[in-house]
Amino acid sequence: MPTRMTRLSANIHGWLLLLPAALLLGAFTHLPAVATFWHSLHTTPKARRPARFVGLDQYRTMLEDPVFLQALWNNLLYALVTIPASVVLAILMALWVNQRLAGRGFLRMAYFAPTVLPMIAVANIWLFFYTPDYGLIDQVARSLGFGATNWLGERDTVLGALMVMTIWKEAGFFMIFYLAALQQVPPALADAAALEGASRWYFFRRVIFPLLMPTTLFVLVNAVINSFRLVDHVVAITRGGPDNASSLLLFYIYEVAFKFWDTAYGAALTMVLLALLALLALGQYFFLEKRIHYR
Amino acid sequence: MASTRRSWLAGIALAALGAFSGARADAQELQFYYPIAVGGPIPKLIDQMAADFEKENPGIRIKPVYTGSYQDTITKTLTALKGGEPPHLAILLSTDMFTLIDEDAIVPFEEISDTAADKAWIAGFYPGFLENSQTGGKTWGIPFQRSTIVQYWNKELFKEAGLDPEKPPATWAELVEMGRRLTKKDAAGNVTQWGVSIPSSGFPYWLFQALTTQNDARLMNAAGNEVYFDRPGVIEALQYWVDLSRRHQIHPPGIVEWGTTPQDFFQRKVAIIWTTTGNLTNIRANAKFDFGVGMMPANKRLGSPTGGGNIYVFKKATPAQRAAALKFAKWVTEPERAAQWGIDTGYVAVSPAAFETARMKQYVAGFPAAAVARDQLPHAWAEFSTHENQRVVKALNDGLQAALTGTRPADQAMRDAQREADRILRPFK
Repeated sequence: MPTRMTRLSANIHGWLLLLPAALLLGAFTHLPAVATFWHSLHTTPKARRPARFVGLDQYRTMLEDPVFLQALWNNLLYALVTIPASVVLAILMALWVNQRLAGRGFLRMAYFAPTVLPMIAVANIWLFFYTPDYGLIDQVARSLGFGATNWLGERDTVLGALMVMTIWKEAGFFMIFYLAALQQVPPALADAAALEGASRWYFFRRVIFPLLMPTTLFVLVNAVINSFRLVDHVVAITRGGPDNASSLLLFYIYEVAFKFWDTAYGAALTMVLLALLALLALGQYFFLEKRIHYR
Repeated sequence: MASTRRSWLAGIALAALGAFSGARADAQELQFYYPIAVGGPIPKLIDQMAADFEKENPGIRIKPVYTGSYQDTITKTLTALKGGEPPHLAILLSTDMFTLIDEDAIVPFEEISDTAADKAWIAGFYPGFLENSQTGGKTWGIPFQRSTIVQYWNKELFKEAGLDPEKPPATWAELVEMGRRLTKKDAAGNVTQWGVSIPSSGFPYWLFQALTTQNDARLMNAAGNEVYFDRPGVIEALQYWVDLSRRHQIHPPGIVEWGTTPQDFFQRKVAIIWTTTGNLTNIRANAKFDFGVGMMPANKRLGSPTGGGNIYVFKKATPAQRAAALKFAKWVTEPERAAQWGIDTGYVAVSPAAFETARMKQYVAGFPAAAVARDQLPHAWAEFSTHENQRVVKALNDGLQAALTGTRPADQAMRDAQREADRILRPFK
C-alpha cells in the first residue's frame, strides 16, 4: 500500500512539474496547429460573408495553383542545394580552424561573423554585391573580362544568388557546432591512426566523421527547418520575383495570408508546410538514428 | 495575464495623458497611422503638424504612429481592424480604397459632413488625384502625399552623345533613337552605359501604367471590377518595353531594381531614368552633374499614373471622432500647408490653390523642376486599383516580369494575367 501511494504521489508530482510547460506548449503550439487545420477547411470570412465549411476545397485549389507549385519546387531545390553545401563547408571550415595555425582566433571569428548579422542586414549588403555593373561581384567579373550580369533580375540566376547568400550565412553557424565536437575527439585516436599509418582522408572517413554524426544530425535538423523557415532575405531582396522565380513556401504563405488576406487558403498552405517539416524531421530521426554512434 | 498587463499599461498611459492634458477630459483623441516612402525627416514634419493642429484645436489630440512602408501600414491597419481596434485615421495608398471598402473599414467623407463648404473643399483637389479617391459617387480618401512618374536625364551624357541637353525625348520613337546614341559599349562589346532604365522590381505595374497611359489604353474600369490586360493597346505597350532591352538593346536586360535605379543614375550607368517625383529631393542632393526633369515621352498621348497616399477615416470612430478627423484632414490640406508639405518632401501639392500660394510660387521660380509633376497632372490617370487589389496586381506584376525576363512573349503573358484577374474578380461583377 505505501509503495502504491508513493508511486501515485510521485506520478502526480511529475505531472505537476510538467504542467506549466505542457500548458504553454498546448496553448501556443498545439492549439494553433489544430485551429489552423480547422480554418483550412473553411472559406475566408469577409466583412459581409461569414466563413463557410468547404472540406478539402482549399487543398484542391492548391494543386492547380501554379504559384504554389513553383514556390514548393523552388523551396525543395533551395533545401537540396543549401543544406549539403553549408554542412560540407561547415565541416571543412571547422577542420581548418581546429588546427594549430597563426591567427586562428581571428579566422574563427571571421567565419562566425555572418551568423551574428541579422538576415535583413545581410540581405541589404548582398543586394549591393549583386547590383549589375558596379556591384562587387560584377566588378570582379569585369576584371576577369566578363560582362555585367543582372543576378537578381533574371529567372535563371535569382534562386542561385539567394542560395549562395544563404550558404555563406549558415555555414559559419554550423561550423561552431562542428568545432565544439572536434575538440571533444580524444587526441589518442589521431596518435593511434598515425601509428597505424592511416592516411588523413581514411582517418577522417573512418574515425572523425562517425564521431561527428550526432552533431550532423542536430545540424541537419536545424538546416532543414531553416531552409523552410528563413525568408527574410526574399522579403528584403526580391519579393519573390521575377515572376515567382525566387518565391519560397513561407514567403508565399505570408503573401496569401497577410497581403491578400485569404487567411483560409493561407491556413491550408501552412498545414502543407507543417506536414512537410514533420515528415522530414521524422525521416531524419528514423533514418539517421540507426547510423549514429553515440559515445 | 495579457488583459491585466494591458490595463496596467493603459493605466500608465492614462496617468501620463492626465498629467499633460490636465482638465481636458473631453478631448477627442485620434490615433493616426502614417507610412514613410521617401527620404527626409518625415516623422519630425508629421509630429510638428500634429502639434500645430492641437494648438489651434484644443479639443482634439492627434497621436501619430509611424507604421513602416505603405505595405506594412496596410498590413498593420487590417490586422488592427480584425483585432477590433483600427486607427481613427490613416495615410494609406490611394489604391487601397477598394480593399478598405470591401473590409467595411472606412467611411466616405460625405457621410461625415456634406455641407456646401465640404463639397467645395473636395472639388478643390486636382481631378487626377480624385480619380483614385472616389467610387460609386462617394469620396473615400483625401489626397495628401501624392506623386506621379517623371523622367530624369543626365545633361552631361546628352552633350557627350552630341544631343541637345535641354531636349529630352518627347516621343517613343525619339526615346529609342536617343537611347541608341546614349548607349555605350567597351571594346569587348559589354555595355558600360545604358540609354534608358525603367525599374521593374516590386511594383512594375506602376511604371507599366505610364506606358499604357501614353499608349491611350486603360487597364481597369472605375468600378474596379474589370481589367483590360489583353487589349491590343496594353500588349503593344508591353512589347515596346520588352523591345527597349531585347530588340534595341538600350535598356538593361531582365528586372531593373527600383531601389538602386537612382544610384545607377548617380553612377552615370544610365542616361535617362523613370522614377517618382518623390525622388526629386534625393536626386537633387546626390547627382554630381547637371540633370533635367521632364514629362515622360508620349506615344498617342502624354501620360503617367498618379501615385501616393490618401487620408482615410475609419468606420469604428465615433461621430465626434469622425468630425475631428475631418477637421484634421481639412486643416492639413489647406493651400499654405499643402504647399509647405510639397516643398519639404517633394510630393506634388494636391490642389491648384496650393500652387497659387506665394511660398510655392517662389519655390517653383527657384527650382522649375518642382512644377513638372503639376504640369503633367492634366495628362495623368488614376493608379491601377481594383477589388482584391493586391491579388490582381500580383497577377499583372507576374505577367510583366515574365515578359521582361523573356520567359513568355508579351501577348501570352498579358492573356495569362487577364485570365487570372478575371477569375479573382468574378465575385465582384
